[in-house]
Amino acid sequence: MNTRTDLAKSDGVAAAAVLVSAIGVFIIGSLTTLAEISESLKTALAWSGAVGPLIGKTGVGVIVWLILWPIFHALWRGKEVNFSAIYTLSLILIALGWLLTFPPVFEAFSG
Amino acid sequence: MTEREFWTVLHGMVFGTIFLLAFAGGFAGLWSLKPELITEPGIKERIKRLIIGMWTMTIMAWLTVVSGTYIVYPWYRAKDTGSPRSLLLANPDTQAWHTFGMEWKEHVGWFAPMLATAAAFIVTYYGARLVEKDRLRKAALVLFTIAFLASAVAGLFGAFLNKVAPIQ
Repeated sequence: MNTRTDLAKSDGVAAAAVLVSAIGVFIIGSLTTLAEISESLKTALAWSGAVGPLIGKTGVGVIVWLILWPIFHALWRGKEVNFSAIYTLSLILIALGWLLTFPPVFEAFSG
Repeated sequence: MTEREFWTVLHGMVFGTIFLLAFAGGFAGLWSLKPELITEPGIKERIKRLIIGMWTMTIMAWLTVVSGTYIVYPWYRAKDTGSPRSLLLANPDTQAWHTFGMEWKEHVGWFAPMLATAAAFIVTYYGARLVEKDRLRKAALVLFTIAFLASAVAGLFGAFLNKVAPIQ
């Protein structure tokens, strides 16, 4: 993994875009469930009284996505990465994100 | 039409519907981006159209979630007894529209713009090289499809919720 290669042929940039978007999805899912477990986290995520904790759950996901993307992009640009492994990991993170935003799942953790 | 109805229509019927309707075109374009199916001049023309189409859809996805979360949602969840959320929760027969429908919709809808952005970025960055990079084309196609599914869940519940307890 991460061997230098021809910039035009590198899969690193795509791997960064896929993985980081999956991380964003996973964070939104995780915070959705964690906010049901922890009332203090739910309160902390309510950055706006009108929108409630949804603003923090999605806001953190988007902010992390925006921060990580240029970092991974710079790290993997022009490098040949193990795209299959990163892609599989990304699909697992997306699946977990979906699962953790599914109401019967996060409500099971509700206090 | 009230201001609230206007924004609800803009959020669901304009931004959200454009995203959902345009999906078939983007999906077909990415699916058939194979050397055996199109000529070299055809690839260039296809890529240009795909880039414009996918970024248009991505912008629509962002506009949908931002307008939904920051403009429409506060009206939905207002604490007064006449808000859609209060009305749904007050009746045991309609509680699930909020506890399942809205709770799922409000979170899963946010997956769409991030995944669509990643897919649009891959198509833009690699352009015609995607024809040779089959696994990247397939990855973009999968992200794009998941973005569509997330939007479809959000849009479907949004349409039903607005029927059961409209924002007025």
